[in-house]
Amino acid sequence: MDTTLRITSAHAGSSFTARIEKISGQKLLACYQCGKCSAGCPMAAHMDVLPNRMIRMAQLGMQQQLLETKAIWMCVSCLTCNSRCPKGIKIAEVIEALRKAALGGGERNDNLKIMELTPEARSVLPPIATISAMRKLTS
Amino acid sequence: MGNENKPMKLAYYPGCTLKNQATNFDVSTVSSMAKLDVEVEELDRWNCCGTVHALDSDNVMNRVAPITNMIRVKEMQAKTEGMAGEFMTSCAMCYNTLKRANIDVQQRADALETINELLYLEKTKYQGDVEVLHLLEYLRDRVGFDNLAKKVTRPLKGLRVACYYGCLLMRPKEVAFDDAENPTIMENLIRALGATPVEFSHKMECCGAYQTVDKPDVIADRTDRIMGSASEERADLVVVSCPLCAFNLDYRQDDAKRLNPDFNNMPVLYFTQLMALAFGCDEAALRFDLQHIDPLPVLKARGLD
Repeated sequence: MDTTLRITSAHAGSSFTARIEKISGQKLLACYQCGKCSAGCPMAAHMDVLPNRMIRMAQLGMQQQLLETKAIWMCVSCLTCNSRCPKGIKIAEVIEALRKAALGGGERNDNLKIMELTPEARSVLPPIATISAMRKLTS
Repeated sequence: MGNENKPMKLAYYPGCTLKNQATNFDVSTVSSMAKLDVEVEELDRWNCCGTVHALDSDNVMNRVAPITNMIRVKEMQAKTEGMAGEFMTSCAMCYNTLKRANIDVQQRADALETINELLYLEKTKYQGDVEVLHLLEYLRDRVGFDNLAKKVTRPLKGLRVACYYGCLLMRPKEVAFDDAENPTIMENLIRALGATPVEFSHKMECCGAYQTVDKPDVIADRTDRIMGSASEERADLVVVSCPLCAFNLDYRQDDAKRLNPDFNNMPVLYFTQLMALAFGCDEAALRFDLQHIDPLPVLKARGLD
C-alpha cells in the first residue's frame, strides 16, 4: 500500500481523527511514535500496517487508507500494546474504533464471512471462538 | 478453608465452552474443588458473558449480559446459607469479561442505572456488590497453596510443566491478580502439586484468539512459536486456563506441523486437570479423551498414567 503523504494543514484536525478519538476515548495526538506497541505486538508479523503507523495515519485523518488495511482486523485486543504505551494510549481501543468505523459504513460489510467456511471447519470451533469473532469482526 | 464437617459453598460460573468442547475443564474444576472441601454450586440460569469486553466508549449494551450474571449470584446468595457475595469461574475469557464489566459499573453509576433500567423485569437490582474471582485467585487466597498441597495424594513428581497465561488473566492490570508482565501464580500451584514449573519465553504471548475461526494459518504460526518455546525448555506439557487458548494450542498443532515439519507435538491440559490428577481423581474427572494431543504417553513416561 502507498502511504506516502504530503502533509498540509488540511490533515490537521480532520473530522475522522475527532471521530476515532470520540469512539475510542483516546487522545491520538499524545502518540510520539516510540514504536513500543508494534515491537510487542504478537500479531505484527501478520499485519500490513503496524500499530504505531495506524495511530500516525489516524492522526493525519487518512480514513480511506486506514479502513482498507488488513491490520485493523488482525488485532485481537490482547492489550499488550496498552500495557506498554509510555503515553498511556490504549491502542487496542483505537483499533477497535477503526473496526467500528469500517463496520458502520451504512451498508453491511462484515469482515468475517462465517457462512463461507466449510461445515467441517465450523463444526470443530468452540463457542468461545465463534462468539468472540462475530463480536469483533461483524456488525 | 472450611472446617472438616462443613464444606464451603462457592457459586460457580462455567461459561459456554465448558458446557461444550471443554467438558474436561468443567468436570476437572468441580471434582478437584470437591477434594478441597469446597462445594461448587453452578449458578442458576447463567448466561453467556459475551466473551469479549467491548472497548469502544459507547458500550452500555455490551455490559448487560455480564451484569445479568451478577444478579444471578445475588439471588443464589440470598437462598443459600453460608454463601458469600462472590462467584468463581475457571475460564480466563469469562473471568476477564465479567470482571471488567463489574469494575466498569462499579465506577460508573450512570451505566449501572441504565442497565438496571433495561433489566426492569428483574426482581433484584444490581448494586455493584458482587466479587468476581478467577479459580486460581480463589485457590491462592481462600484455600491457600499450602493447604492445597496437603490434599495431593499423587505428587506429579518429575513432570515439567510450562504455564501459559495468554492475554486475559493479567491484562489489563485492573483485572490482574498477579504481576501483569511476569505472573507466577500458576507456577506456584504447579509446585504445590509436586510438578516442576518451566520458564519459557512465550508464556504471556497471545495465541491469536478468535482469528482461529477463519485464519487457521495465523494461529498455526502462533502455536508453532508458543509451543516451540515451551519445547525448547524441555517441557512435558503446557497448562492453560482458557478454552480458546486450549483449542488453538492443542487442536491447531496439526496446522503448525504442516507449517513447520520440525514442530514437536506436545499435550495441552487445563491446570484443573493436573490438580484432579494430583488429587487422585479418575478419568471421569480428567476426560483426557477430549485432548487432541494425547497426554498419556508423556504422563506414562513420568510414571503418572
